[in-house]
Amino acid sequence: MAESGRWKWVLATILVALALAAPFILYPVFIMEALCFALFACAFNLLIGYVGLLSFGHAAFFGSAAYITAHTVKVWGLPPELGILAGAAVAALLGTVFGWLAIRRQGIYFAMITLALAQMVYFVALQARFTGGEDGIQAVPRGKLLGVVDLGGTLTMYYFVLAIFLIGFAVIVRAVHSPFGQVIKAIRENEPRAVSLGYDADRYKLLAFILSAGLSGVAGSLKSLVFQLASLTDVQWTMSGEVVLMTLVGGLGTVLGPVVGAFLLTAMQHYFAQLGSWVTVVQGVIFVFCVLVFRRGIVGVIASYAAGSRNPPGISETAATGAKPAEPRTAAAPGAP
Amino acid sequence: MFDWLHLTIPPAPAMFAQLLVGLINGAFYAMLSLGLAVIFGLLNIINFTHGAQYMLGAFCAWFLLNTLGLGYWSALILAPIVVGVVGILIERLLLRHIYGLDHLYGLLLTFGLALIIEGVFRQQFGSSGQPYAIPPELQGGRNLGFMFLPNYRAWVIVASLVLCLTTWFTIERTRLGAYLRAATENPVLVQAFGINVPRMITLTYGAGVALAALAGVMAAPIYQVSPLMGSNIIITVFAVVVIGGMGSILGAIVSGFALGLVEGLTKVFYPEASNTVIFVIMALVLLVKPAGFFGRAS
Repeated sequence: MAESGRWKWVLATILVALALAAPFILYPVFIMEALCFALFACAFNLLIGYVGLLSFGHAAFFGSAAYITAHTVKVWGLPPELGILAGAAVAALLGTVFGWLAIRRQGIYFAMITLALAQMVYFVALQARFTGGEDGIQAVPRGKLLGVVDLGGTLTMYYFVLAIFLIGFAVIVRAVHSPFGQVIKAIRENEPRAVSLGYDADRYKLLAFILSAGLSGVAGSLKSLVFQLASLTDVQWTMSGEVVLMTLVGGLGTVLGPVVGAFLLTAMQHYFAQLGSWVTVVQGVIFVFCVLVFRRGIVGVIASYAAGSRNPPGISETAATGAKPAEPRTAAAPGAP
Repeated sequence: MFDWLHLTIPPAPAMFAQLLVGLINGAFYAMLSLGLAVIFGLLNIINFTHGAQYMLGAFCAWFLLNTLGLGYWSALILAPIVVGVVGILIERLLLRHIYGLDHLYGLLLTFGLALIIEGVFRQQFGSSGQPYAIPPELQGGRNLGFMFLPNYRAWVIVASLVLCLTTWFTIERTRLGAYLRAATENPVLVQAFGINVPRMITLTYGAGVALAALAGVMAAPIYQVSPLMGSNIIITVFAVVVIGGMGSILGAIVSGFALGLVEGLTKVFYPEASNTVIFVIMALVLLVKPAGFFGRAS
């Protein structure tokens, strides 16, 4: 235990050192984009990986926060840190309402409800006046952090993004390893048992949903400052699909998986940008591949090699409730001999 | 700020015209949610590819017309067969492998398939629509006194109603439907009675997909044939399914038509909300009756 704990610290130190040196080796804007999506994917993974809830509407939180930050910074003249707070607050508020509605249903229905609610946000963004419709909010100023540090420079902005990412990541890791994290994992594994032990499952689910939505909002706000743009792409269902894919590729329910997935898919989009719609096709192929033969994801596979064979994290391999088509729904079916 | 809330009663013909549009949309919601419900019943998979398969049906009709010169009526028969066979291949080659897994993987797999199909068509045709002419037999329209009813739209409403009721009858009132419902309840027992359940699952998926393709052919002359037509409608259909509940075939039909009408009415009285009204209703239904109007509590 102590041994693996030490390795984790070594790995974390190496990764942070790499991240600090990265802008001198790689294209900084690319890493900033990847970091925003990594935070987004980590926030999403908090739900799918640890509570077992598949939200297909996370673009609503990412996109609405992007719009709010862009608007408050550009029109109201708020400094960037307050703009990000405002974006995250609105995303968390939206998450409270959506989560409150969606946790009434489970499994597939949960996914469909979040998708539908997010589509509503998309239409609002399309029609509302302040979002600028098809143009989005362009030329968002990055402003001065705390009124002192000018974020206009790429390197300064990079370290700002890295700092926010690390804070967000630390919050998620902390939440997962806290008593709260243990309870949500218990709910994922066996909800009736968690309830019988006295845990209010719905409240824990809602809390996890709000946390996930708020952190997705931080990611969206950050993205709108990096690219100085908030647009309809940020709230569209394709964005919700992308974050699902990033997490799936990296490994559902693993701490580093979403980060790996986000970097891989962002890199893929950069390199294949000239291929137009083929990017969508490649994404679809990766989806199908992952679901059929690679459900543990990259980090999941590495982790299971490292730790011998263990149960994969994320949504359980076998259906927890309901029946597989090849098996009886109830053990004692009426009419059974 | 609330100046747009001044509701005015529009002239009757405009209102009936919007109601007609709503009824047409409702017909497509009903046909698509019906297929989703049939597939979900037996496969326990939410078929995210449904929208893409609807789009495939429309494109199939378009190809038949522009390459082979086969018109609407042939397309109405051929397109569902072609797309249905594609569906059967998908079930045999891909879906089969994930039945033992959590249902969410089915959603993710079919989502990936939808991305592939739509991506390929968008690469070929861009985002703009291809026109598809109304068949000559159904051109024109008649004046009903209070409104003008185009013949093609009347045909779509009647045909979709017949289609929905036939599906309902097949599932609820025939021997084949009884096997289907039994296999939904207890596949192992049905198999023990000598019925080939895996083949039934394959054919059910094929039939559900064919239904989507048929809806696509019927939609081709109304909406343009566009690679995005499927993804635009499928999310709304998901909301319809949540409102109606997946438990009953009749529920899918009724909620499809009803929500189309509600959407049409909203367009008359408060056009700004016409895109979002179905989602708002979904939220309200979740508050009052989480299992949906016709659903069984999960």
